[in-house]
Amino acid sequence: MRIGRLPARKTRILAVRYLGACVVTLLFLFPVYWLFMISFKTPDEIYHVPPLWIPGQIQFSNYYVLFKDGDVFAILNSLIVAGVSSGIAIVLGTLCAYSLARFGTGGENLAMWIISQRMIPPIAVVFPIFLIYVYFGLVDSYFGLILLYTAFNLPYVIWMMRGYIVDVPLELEESALVDGLNRWEVIWKVVFPMVRPGLMATSVFTFVFAWNDFLFALVLTRTEVITFPVMLTHYFGGQSNFWAKIAAMSVLGTLPIFVAVSVMQRYLVRGISLGAVKG
Amino acid sequence: MTVSVSLNGAEQRRPSRFGRMLEDRLPYLIAAPAILILLLVGLFPLIYSLIVSFQRITMTENDTSFVGFLNYAELFRDARLWASLGHTAIITAIALPLELLVGFLMAQLFIDRMPGRQIFVALLVLPTVISPIVAGATWRLMFDVRFGPIGQILSFFAGEPVRILWTVNPAFVYPAIIICEVWQWSPFMFLLLLAALSNVDQSQLEAAEIDGASYLRVLRAIVLPAIAPVIAVACLIRGLDLVRIFDIIWALTEGGPGSMTETISLYTYVQGFSQFEISYTAAISFLVIALLTLITTLVLKRMELAR
Repeated sequence: MRIGRLPARKTRILAVRYLGACVVTLLFLFPVYWLFMISFKTPDEIYHVPPLWIPGQIQFSNYYVLFKDGDVFAILNSLIVAGVSSGIAIVLGTLCAYSLARFGTGGENLAMWIISQRMIPPIAVVFPIFLIYVYFGLVDSYFGLILLYTAFNLPYVIWMMRGYIVDVPLELEESALVDGLNRWEVIWKVVFPMVRPGLMATSVFTFVFAWNDFLFALVLTRTEVITFPVMLTHYFGGQSNFWAKIAAMSVLGTLPIFVAVSVMQRYLVRGISLGAVKG
Repeated sequence: MTVSVSLNGAEQRRPSRFGRMLEDRLPYLIAAPAILILLLVGLFPLIYSLIVSFQRITMTENDTSFVGFLNYAELFRDARLWASLGHTAIITAIALPLELLVGFLMAQLFIDRMPGRQIFVALLVLPTVISPIVAGATWRLMFDVRFGPIGQILSFFAGEPVRILWTVNPAFVYPAIIICEVWQWSPFMFLLLLAALSNVDQSQLEAAEIDGASYLRVLRAIVLPAIAPVIAVACLIRGLDLVRIFDIIWALTEGGPGSMTETISLYTYVQGFSQFEISYTAAISFLVIALLTLITTLVLKRMELAR
């Protein structure tokens, strides 16, 4: 609190800050607005010169086309692959994280190795993985992509959940053990309820990472398991781009992310900074 | 962080023998599935790649004899590789400071409480969480010379028609990529810096204000040292992402015009999946890994020193 400042001046500062906040937000959201708007435009409006900032009317035919042509199967694939892989990564990763946090399994070295897995650039491993997948016939299969995303997300889950589990007071677990619960019951009845918010947040982020991935999906899918970012790039042509489809598909692919992250906003900072910053 | 010792002492009543065995091995049992998957998908391809990089496998020949560092020596003669590293360095060197600066200014704007701040923050996060491919696609539509709004806005301010082929004109492809990059990732910096700034010791700030210290002086003496660790982490995360930038460029320029915006990731992709130079791609991969490891180690060292 500043001392000796007149209310009028305070109000003025607040007004200026509001103005700045609105300008910045408009600037950053304008591309998103543009995307949404194209998805509601008719072809005539999309290819109008000069560009129209507001569509004549909100109409959903661009989305209807995606359903009619069956393009939404890419969204469905994304849901399946991202959903299943984050589910598996969460379960296996949390168990591993518990082991690391409470028993010190493997010491700091194992923990460092796990996080270093996260740092490996995808481009450096995607080619050998592709060759191995070709050998085992895993290209363009749900199993192949799910396995890859699970492995890709595990270091993140382990790292984040280790942080959340370390935050659970040890005394709680000790007293539960003294009360005669076995270790599984301790994990399920004591630790799990305590870390549930962190677990939810971590699940959301693993889902988002798998959902947004492009490189692995580009390389390891052909026709059957195409995910939505790969589908999106199919709409770019040398001469003509399918603008309506690009926009509608982008919106469909963005909505789930936006909903998920809005719900998890409180954990956003810790989630995206790999636990380095506790917001 | 290792707090296991006292736990075992607390276990008094133990069930059956089998249960006891399970419980004794529990730390390893529950860690094993995750570690196995990581070894299988994380380490196995790397080892395979390492072996291949010492062989000579191309699209046409399958020579599995040991050829030593032939492929690695080839790296030094590959002008297109070094050009792609240069492109990556340019994008990283410009985008990273810009993102940091824009993110910091945004954080400054939102650091003091104001009604509705949460809503602003929630909206500003959007670019960061969407798929980079969607971000690239969006800006491709924005930049379009005829149907995109950027040209229209520029024309409005210039007072005459401005026709810029953003994703084709050599003078404008880098600005286009960097605008898209900065748009998507400044909010990331903003979020982390906002969290860091709200953790700065308020009593110090108040004391400085009572002493009449200027804004810049407070920034240099109190704020920056306090948020330096977060800045370092944010720059490390973003720096590593930028060095392996792929999606946005794929969606915006596909490395073009020619190979003008081809980054190291795109070049590796081309060598692997278009040319099918299996051994050579493996060698490039290890160059990339070595490079990123070097950067990470240097940054972490500096962070240790700063502490």
